Amino acid sequence: MIGLYLHIPFCDGKCPYCDFYSMAGSDSLKEEYTRRLESLLTEWEGKLREKEGSYKADTLYFGGGTPNLLGASRLARLIENAQKGFLLENAEITLEANPTSRLDAFFEEMAAAGANRLSLGLQSAHEEELRLLGRRHTARQAAEAVEAARRAGFRNISLDLMMGLPGQNWEMLQESIRFCASLEVEHISAYLLKIEPGTPFWQKKSSLNLPDEEEICHLYLSACEELEKLGYFQYEISNFARPGFEGRHNLKYWRCEEYLGLGPAAHSYLGGKRFYYPRDLEGFLAGNLPVEDGPGGSPEEFCMLALRLREGLSEEIFRNRYEEEGVFLPERFWKEASLLEKAGFCRIEGEEGKRVLSLTPRGFLVSNSVILELTERI
Amino acid sequence: MAVSRDKIRNFSIIAHIDHGKSTLADRILEQTSAVALRDMEDQLLDNMDLERERGITIKAHAVTLVYHAKDGEDYVFNLIDTPGHVDFNYEVSRSLAACEGAVLVVDASQGIEAQTLANTYLAVDAGLEIVPVINKIDLPSADPEKVRREIEDVIGIPADDAPAVSAKAGIHIDQVMEQIVKLIPPPEGDPEAPLQALIFDSYYDAYKGVIAHVRLKDGTVHPGDTIRMMSTGAEFTVTECGYMRATKFEPVSELSAGEVGYIAASIKAVRDATVGDTITRADNPASSPLPGYRPVQPMVFCGIYPADGAKYPDLREALEKLQLNDAALSFEPETSVALGFGFRCGFLGLLHMEVIQERLEREYNLDIITTAPSVIYRITKTSGEVITIDNPTNYPDPSLIASAEEPMTNAHIYTPTEYVGNIMELCQERRGVFKDMTYIDSDRVDIHYRLPLNEIIYDFFDALKSRTRGYASFDYELDGYEKSDLVKLDIMLNGEIVDALSFIIHSEKAYSRARKMAEKLKDKIPRQLFEVPIQACIGGRIIARETVKALRKDVLAKCYGGDITRKKKLLEKQKEGKKRMRQLGTVEVPQEAFMSVLKLDE
Repeated sequence: MIGLYLHIPFCDGKCPYCDFYSMAGSDSLKEEYTRRLESLLTEWEGKLREKEGSYKADTLYFGGGTPNLLGASRLARLIENAQKGFLLENAEITLEANPTSRLDAFFEEMAAAGANRLSLGLQSAHEEELRLLGRRHTARQAAEAVEAARRAGFRNISLDLMMGLPGQNWEMLQESIRFCASLEVEHISAYLLKIEPGTPFWQKKSSLNLPDEEEICHLYLSACEELEKLGYFQYEISNFARPGFEGRHNLKYWRCEEYLGLGPAAHSYLGGKRFYYPRDLEGFLAGNLPVEDGPGGSPEEFCMLALRLREGLSEEIFRNRYEEEGVFLPERFWKEASLLEKAGFCRIEGEEGKRVLSLTPRGFLVSNSVILELTERI
Repeated sequence: MAVSRDKIRNFSIIAHIDHGKSTLADRILEQTSAVALRDMEDQLLDNMDLERERGITIKAHAVTLVYHAKDGEDYVFNLIDTPGHVDFNYEVSRSLAACEGAVLVVDASQGIEAQTLANTYLAVDAGLEIVPVINKIDLPSADPEKVRREIEDVIGIPADDAPAVSAKAGIHIDQVMEQIVKLIPPPEGDPEAPLQALIFDSYYDAYKGVIAHVRLKDGTVHPGDTIRMMSTGAEFTVTECGYMRATKFEPVSELSAGEVGYIAASIKAVRDATVGDTITRADNPASSPLPGYRPVQPMVFCGIYPADGAKYPDLREALEKLQLNDAALSFEPETSVALGFGFRCGFLGLLHMEVIQERLEREYNLDIITTAPSVIYRITKTSGEVITIDNPTNYPDPSLIASAEEPMTNAHIYTPTEYVGNIMELCQERRGVFKDMTYIDSDRVDIHYRLPLNEIIYDFFDALKSRTRGYASFDYELDGYEKSDLVKLDIMLNGEIVDALSFIIHSEKAYSRARKMAEKLKDKIPRQLFEVPIQACIGGRIIARETVKALRKDVLAKCYGGDITRKKKLLEKQKEGKKRMRQLGTVEVPQEAFMSVLKLDE
């Protein structure tokens, strides 16, 4: 069962921290783009069926950009198209949207078209932070958007938060977290702000008054704790959910499962290969082919991804997956893991042969180094 | 023999770096038509890339030329180039011993420098006729008359007739040629006497074996002769002998007294035909060797390790090949807990060490790590036993040491007077004992210090240059041993001694050096998952401490559109960085950290 990702590269403005691929788009461009996605869905469905027999998807994710800018009817067409070729019943169909006002009708149409999960880019509950981030909504509007979504029947709503913002302290972040919880959403994604090259934030990096590393660590660890207290379990480095409401689509990335991504800058992992469509809307519309991005699913990659999850790296799953290649998790790996465990970076649960290794929030904070230490020993 | 002995002129060129020795040599080659102009590569005598880049001569080179003089006669010029650095003083003295004269090149704008003076005295001591030449007269700042007086005052030889030339512009080179003919006496020697041939250079050739450059004092040598090395008694059969022409060897049936040429005899390594040794014939041996032979004695030692442990055999092979050509290079295997398998290498001096390191890296493409250079210390144990130590690892427990001695040098620094203060300060910092100071002329002095060798092997030369804006020059010779208050300083990372960072030092210098090293290491060691204490200690006593704080944040928080590859690439980049690290216990130390502590005076 694969995941489907459709990238909607349109925004009505560029936020100064964002380096995702997006642009303003005219109505005719959006129509042309939708048609291109439709024909690609058909094309890929045919190709996969021919090659692999049956290929089914159980998640569909509209990411962006700002997917709601495509308009409800075009999104509905895409859902319908995907459903025909790929989607089973009970699929998770997620739509990213900006929590602006007057979304009632849009949400209703989307719910009717089959969308069942919303991911709203709140980012902060503080007006001054939202202004600094160049967001074009207020916290009040976001609350209204959540209510509108509820009225439209959405039972699975996620809010995005950003941590480590310029001038942010724990009290402010805590307020933003509590604001989300007060809206009783099922899921919260909390990301550390990363200043990306080429963004306006990068250019004025030094004058941004960013919290220092110690403070960022404090924010992150406190947020993990607070969210846990409020009933949101950390199931991934940056993702928290009420039990049963983990994002199924994103879980596929971390579990090293297959997904097909369509749209410029959308990535795929199918048949052992990773590939992507380049960040080039014109080329994409002109029919450019995806670019190979090397093999995927190596043991190291599997560990790297699994260790982002609270469920962690399972000795058993690893064995089942890589036994044939003669790769296993050797004792030196577990020895290093238990050193790291003593230092509080991870935990080892279960008995030998069925051990599960997972990182703690402190371990997540230095996960690159921890993962390197461990994968070096495979 | 083609030319009678009285038409032979054997000479060297003595000059300070940059004073134009190689350029003058090129002009002489041109004037003797030894090389067609189109074949000339700039500075022909400096063969090695390194030599050309640094503008110094590391090996002696020699060439036989024919000069058609103004008196209508043809003269044979044997030009023997000398190495231009104190590390190779002995080689210089052997090259000079092969000559009857020396052309002294002095820069018309800079005057006499330490190196020039030291080598000129060597030449005078060897009984050579000095032919002074004032070069670079085309420079706007040239003051040939002042330099002329300086030569007379400082060296004490007449300079009235010294040609004022520009080797670069080719001005008055003919005057130099005529002075060589006029002033330098032809060689003496008896072809009928037993063979005595002085080796002034030797190098390894893959086809012919070692090629010894020789000056025949007495006797003759021919292909087929059995020759004997007088220092070792080893015998070889001559396969070829001849002259070194500018672009090729010219085999001949006989070399005779007074001549300069080469001998090949299927000799496997240069250590069997070392510079300074005398070759004689086995069938009619000379009763004694020529004076002045000295077995090569490495003075400076350091550990050399491959950055990648798997390259150990390559390193060994490279050192073996270099040694074929360099009798002064010694090496033996050593093991370091920190750096694995490597070699303890011995060198004539710091430059020699740097040259070898560079050649390993450039010519053999090896990535190497070197440990701090050490000199040879002499330790008298409480048991009365005297041992010598060139590796800190072997330093005995302090309780077993009755006394320790370190090698000293007699150093001369030549400088414009304005830098005297800076230089004295530097020498004081380096535990120097002031001897005397003499004025060379109104604005330049010769400062004479007694300095411990271990104070000048690190970065003395660089420090001297930077404190005198490059104007001072420096020369030293070894001057015995002296009692010294030495200690062994160890560096501990996370509580474990890193043997490759240990060194022997004077106790007064230990604190400041320990502090600098700890700070430098703190800068160079990246933060890791665990805190890394850095401690410097003498015996069990900690005298400096720094801490590399634990890494706090190293995470890729967001995943964009399923782009796993980006994450993977970032991790791979990090992994590449890790590969360049040495794992010492639980601590990862970058290769640069080992090298960075060698240069602390910045």
